Amino acid sequence: MATDGLHENQTLASLKSEAESLKGKLEEERAKLHDVELHQVAERVEALGQFVMKTRRTLKGHGNKVLCMDWCKDKRRIVSSSQDGKVIVWDSFTTNKEHAVTMPCTWVMACAYAPSGCAIACGGLDNKCSVYPLTFDKNENMAAKKKSVAMHTNYLSACSFTNSDMQILTASGDGTCALWDVESGQLLQSFHGHGADVLCLDLAPSETGNTFVSGGCDKKAMVWDMRSGQCVQAFETHESDINSVRYYPSGDAFASGSDDATCRLYDLRADREVAVYSKDSIIFGASSVDFSLSGRLLFAGYNDYTINVWDVLKGSRVSILFGHENRVSTLRVSPDGTAFCSGSWDHTLRVWA
Amino acid sequence: MERVVVSMQDPDQGVKTRSQRLFITVIPHTAAGGDVVAWLIRKYCISEEEALHLGTLLVQHGYLYSLREPRSLVLRPDDTPYRFQVRCRGSAIYLTKKNIRKQGALVGHEKEHYDQLHRKINHTWDLVVMQAREQLRAAKQRRKGDRLVIACQEQTYWLVNRPPPGVPSVLEQGPERSSCTAGGVQMTKNTEFYKQEMERCRKALTRARVKSSVCLEAYLKFSSQRGPHDPMMSGCLPSNPWVTDDDSYWTFNAPSVAVPTKLRVERWAFSFQELLEDPVGRGHFMDFLGTEFSAENLSFWEACEGLRHGEQAQVRAAVDAIYQQFLAPGAARWVNIDSRTMERTLEGLRQPHRYVLDEAQLHIYMLMKKDSYPRFLKSAAYRDLLAEAVVPPEAKRRVFPFMRKPPHANPSPALLPASHSGEPVTAASGPECGDGGT
Repeated sequence: MATDGLHENQTLASLKSEAESLKGKLEEERAKLHDVELHQVAERVEALGQFVMKTRRTLKGHGNKVLCMDWCKDKRRIVSSSQDGKVIVWDSFTTNKEHAVTMPCTWVMACAYAPSGCAIACGGLDNKCSVYPLTFDKNENMAAKKKSVAMHTNYLSACSFTNSDMQILTASGDGTCALWDVESGQLLQSFHGHGADVLCLDLAPSETGNTFVSGGCDKKAMVWDMRSGQCVQAFETHESDINSVRYYPSGDAFASGSDDATCRLYDLRADREVAVYSKDSIIFGASSVDFSLSGRLLFAGYNDYTINVWDVLKGSRVSILFGHENRVSTLRVSPDGTAFCSGSWDHTLRVWA
Repeated sequence: MERVVVSMQDPDQGVKTRSQRLFITVIPHTAAGGDVVAWLIRKYCISEEEALHLGTLLVQHGYLYSLREPRSLVLRPDDTPYRFQVRCRGSAIYLTKKNIRKQGALVGHEKEHYDQLHRKINHTWDLVVMQAREQLRAAKQRRKGDRLVIACQEQTYWLVNRPPPGVPSVLEQGPERSSCTAGGVQMTKNTEFYKQEMERCRKALTRARVKSSVCLEAYLKFSSQRGPHDPMMSGCLPSNPWVTDDDSYWTFNAPSVAVPTKLRVERWAFSFQELLEDPVGRGHFMDFLGTEFSAENLSFWEACEGLRHGEQAQVRAAVDAIYQQFLAPGAARWVNIDSRTMERTLEGLRQPHRYVLDEAQLHIYMLMKKDSYPRFLKSAAYRDLLAEAVVPPEAKRRVFPFMRKPPHANPSPALLPASHSGEPVTAASGPECGDGGT
């Protein structure tokens, strides 16, 4: 660039302050088109009635903290992973365990079910993401067919298959996200831009299916173009680590949950934060968030062992769910929206409906 | 949490404290468990259940300790007296006393902790030593009340910080994270990092934005349209499987069911994406395109999806196959792309990669979305589908719980024949589960 020569002698500090002032200008621009608040617009909407959700299934079997879970597209099977390295596949409707594998590492913080339902992916302190084809063959050892797909230089915090069993997206404590080809383990694209550990990611449900959002310890949520590896949008309004990000069902927005005890909603077209879900009595961080099918409800699991249910439009809390006896570490709504599953450091998973 | 505890101890607005009679001694500055709960309810406008939960967390983290049963880390909503733990200083005094008593013979982890504390509260360290000495000297003359308080205080402190084996510790953390605030930065924030940040900001400044009012209205519209289709908002027919243990809902809504439900057919009209993502919807749309002699458009789109999400090693072969079938002059299922897009696509085919057909694919997608899709929704075929769609009857409430059958097992997708696992799976096709759900 023509200006490179000018900047050559600038110190790091002056670069940093220049970046800060640019960010300030960006916030000003974003504010110009902000003509109304969400809760104002939502005044016309009917308030939600009495909300009753109970634990319908409790899955016991992990010997240690449950760290992550994911649903199978069949709406009833789930995969879960824990601190002691165990990864279990359950039919949560019958509560039967169907598969179990022990990873060679502890703190398996990420796991995902393949779209076909025929494989699972997981990883954690081993800095890798491995794919296990699911087999019911008594003579086959699941660990034998394991494929090592992703290699990071720090722990794996999140992973997700894209639209097929052939590609995996990963997020890592090394500050990057990456897209991998499952069969060959080839790195297809890497995403650099976070200033600290990346803790979570979610794929956009858009029709042209090309973007995803990630959240990290740098308090930033970043939206990426999967093709080019470029960050197309970034949001920095949280006051602490972002533990979880999830797209709103229409794909036009996403929610985030953070250690600052708030959840926030960011609109991609308006390019700004449009709602904050918080309460003075909620003082522990939110570890995981997900929307109900219509996007009206936001479920958030917290480190104070509870799950808070928020009215996305009105910004108020609809309900608080007790039950877990330790931190809620992971939470996902089922693919058909009939229930959601929460995993906790109390070694159990619960399905609520 | 500190914020909550500080406001609780506020002399005007905080929890009422009093001197509490305990057996024959009198302890000053105690608060009854019930008062703590009442204060939390008032201050944060929460229910009693939530206040109890929050209060118990404060006890578990050592901010409050019980004078009656210090080993029980629960907040009791009665007249059980509690006191506020003096953070940091309490444990510093304890360890300093031990240090003085045993002439500096603190054990390993205690020494470490001692040093850590020393660093943390350096400026008040003299105060700590003074207090420790004072406490030791006065120990013999210690009033029974004070001794009781200190014993409870210390017991709680160690219960929280060094839980006995088998008891989960509230202070446990996940694996270490590096963050900006902790100062443990893994990524060097070098000039490159800031230059990239500024470049992103500059690009973002020129971005086209939409007014908030427009964006937010869209949420209202989306939520009200989808509300009846959201089981958590509107229930589901015949019943929610998780509530009644009856999985007929899944049978009625199986991925490739013969007769779809009314709600499902309605959803196909919400968006083109919704239609394509449903294998049944997509199948009917393909049939409709067949009647208009444009089915190759959808087939082309599907083939491109397969390329984009397929195996890396198959990319070249897939591109070739698609070109031969859909793009080459005289191709069997030639698709009509505008000349400019075709030119650029052919150019790109010299260096095939998985995104090389993106432009052509998008062109055909938009063609179907703007042209064929609206016609499909107005067609007799769609009207008939709506008319024939089934509305499952609501399950009769079972009066006697013991009449419920145990939930059915059903075959795992992983048990299906091998043909499913090898091929690239496109967005809409899912495992064929639930069809034989009996």
